[in-house]
Amino acid sequence: MPFGNTHNTMKMKYASDQEYPDLSKHNNHMAKILTPAMYENLRSKETPSGFTLDDVIQTGIDNPGHPFIMTVGCVAGDEETYEVFKELLDPVIEDRHGGYKPSDKHKTDINPDNLKGGDDLDSDYVLSSRVRTGRSVRGFCLPPHCSRGERRAVEQLSIEALDSLSGDLQGKYYALKNMSDAEQQQLIDDHFLFDKPVSPLLLASGMGRDWPDARGIWHNDNKTFLVWVNEEDHLRVISMQKGGNMKEVFNRFCTGLTKIETLFKERKHEFMWNEHLGYVLTCPSNLGTGLRAGVHVKLPNLSKNAKFEDVLKKLRLQKRGTGGVDTAAVGGVFDISNADRLGFSEVELVQMVVDGVRLMVEMEKKLEKGQSIDDIMPAQK
Amino acid sequence: MAKNCHNDYKMKFSGDEEFPDLSLHNNHMAKVLTKEIYAKLRGKSTPSGFTVDDVIQTGVDNPGHPFIMTVGCVAGDEESYEAFKELLDPIISDRHGGYKPTDKHATDLNFENLKGGDDLDPNYVLSSRVRTGRSIKGFTLPPHNSRGERRGIEKLSIEALASLDGEFKGKYYPLSGMTDAEQDLLINDHFLFDKPVSPLLTCAGMARDWPDGRGIWHNDNKTFLVWVNEEDHLRVISMQQGGNMKEVFRRFCVGLQNIEGIFKKHNHGFMWNEHLGYILTCPSNLGTGLRGGVHVKLPKLSTHAKFEEILTRLRLQKRGTGGVDTASVGGVFDISNADRLGSSEVAQVQMVVDGVKLMVEMEKKLEKGESIDGMIPAQK
Repeated sequence: MPFGNTHNTMKMKYASDQEYPDLSKHNNHMAKILTPAMYENLRSKETPSGFTLDDVIQTGIDNPGHPFIMTVGCVAGDEETYEVFKELLDPVIEDRHGGYKPSDKHKTDINPDNLKGGDDLDSDYVLSSRVRTGRSVRGFCLPPHCSRGERRAVEQLSIEALDSLSGDLQGKYYALKNMSDAEQQQLIDDHFLFDKPVSPLLLASGMGRDWPDARGIWHNDNKTFLVWVNEEDHLRVISMQKGGNMKEVFNRFCTGLTKIETLFKERKHEFMWNEHLGYVLTCPSNLGTGLRAGVHVKLPNLSKNAKFEDVLKKLRLQKRGTGGVDTAAVGGVFDISNADRLGFSEVELVQMVVDGVRLMVEMEKKLEKGQSIDDIMPAQK
Repeated sequence: MAKNCHNDYKMKFSGDEEFPDLSLHNNHMAKVLTKEIYAKLRGKSTPSGFTVDDVIQTGVDNPGHPFIMTVGCVAGDEESYEAFKELLDPIISDRHGGYKPTDKHATDLNFENLKGGDDLDPNYVLSSRVRTGRSIKGFTLPPHNSRGERRGIEKLSIEALASLDGEFKGKYYPLSGMTDAEQDLLINDHFLFDKPVSPLLTCAGMARDWPDGRGIWHNDNKTFLVWVNEEDHLRVISMQQGGNMKEVFRRFCVGLQNIEGIFKKHNHGFMWNEHLGYILTCPSNLGTGLRGGVHVKLPKLSTHAKFEEILTRLRLQKRGTGGVDTASVGGVFDISNADRLGSSEVAQVQMVVDGVKLMVEMEKKLEKGESIDGMIPAQK
């Protein structure tokens, strides 16, 4: 099978500028970076599994922009995408990840003992704490591109690996297709389950195909450690609990993740990783650590303060609504998490969240008392 | 929505490992596809690269629909119907009343062959409409075409339509240039095609790059319209308020033949063959691709126990007034021919004209509290 569908052989009969997408109304990373010259260079290439440039950028063409977030507008279909289309993806990565250069090296640190503090965020404000990352299983195509057979194989491998977890990580796998609507809704409401694929960001890149085949959720009996299978990445690994003890959440995260990685290796399946990009995931925004550590925190006063966005920026944090990446905040409760993924280690990123949220809660308390926060404004991290 | 069914690694897995789970499905594709058929076809592709997974993706992603029995598969190019005939022939047979692989399809666009149709009661028949689709030879179809192809089709269409004159003189409105207000008005007037939200279309890849290369052409009177690059390369529509289907069909035939003439002059004929008639994206639209219908008030008949039976016998189908996958509002139904393949354009419009006339008579009887038992038609 020659080209991508985007796999239409006829498109090569047309000149590059006849095929070039109309990005005049677009505002995403891909649209900022892609040029006709770049498109011309890359349009006839494909990865060994058949992923093409048009596959990479389709989601960015179909989704010109988003009111709350600067979307990336492109995805990888396999590990090789990042190499074959580096002419496009390196600048996108650089733009998205604070100037990260093609020659830079990424460091990994999942030793939870290196985190300072984090066990004392005020639970009157910090309602819940969560750390997630993604992992891709080497040898399989990624969710925009994988076939049903591949997806099922990833699921099977995951079930085998997760079944051998024990102790407080002992748990069970729930295939999406066997779940009742009620169970599913409960898990979504508890923030455990991934969305039914309605976001056009995901759908336009092909990640909703064959739903709910081979998708599922595994969680431990306590529901504090979860693994999503075959959503936006092969695996999403999540540690979470109510309240502000991020240290414990991160401990469990590191312990569980390391165990899972070992179990996969024992079955001769590594995770996609390299020393430049760290962990390789579907969305270029998740490269490096793939880590998003965050809290749901009440900041009704701070969030209305003129300096809120600036505070977030200086702390290298981002805000989201409590429904996930493309939702709005409800009732003054925000999802605050690290903005970075690549170029910082896991420990460093969680440290930023811990320190930053502690500061923001202090600010909230000051504003409650009618005091100024000017003297505790942070420097740019 | 993209459909990346061109993954070379899938051939490392067996047919069984790749076979879709259709256990909750109820569409034509799910009824027909077997592991054997899938195993045979999975290694094939058309010259343009369309595969069986491309064909069936929409049916895999859309298990069923509350109002309609969906087809669950699409063609990506003219050759799909040949390369995947093992799957598509039985679907065509199932969908088109037993149409066999050896059957021949008759075309008749001579409007003078239509009897009557100029006197449907406008107190009941609010509007009349005839549409069909056409695919341009040498281009792949909307689930599969590239931006360059789509724009090529648009350009050809603009040139062809610009040369129409008289009652057909009109103007092209590219979707990219239209304001939201203009667009909403055209949708409410039933002139414009939906923004692509139906998963039936989006899962087949027909919404890619929207609104690039899409547009609507209509004559100054807004009685003759052409949609460019929606579910088919071209959709040609004749419509007007009231019940004069004869006039609507006359305009339809004359306009369509004018257009066909111009495309042929540009060396781009329409996809057609003597077995399948006009080739379109959805197997349900093969043959004439014609849907002739009315919006008609049938509040009493529609709640009558025999309504469905009457429709079946008249070879008609009902839809809501918002289009193929909507519900009816206020007792007003969209009633049109159910058949596309195996009967001609004239024959299909005749069924609509005769059938709607009968149904309006029935409605009037029911209004007066009379029975319609004596009027139930025989199976056409």
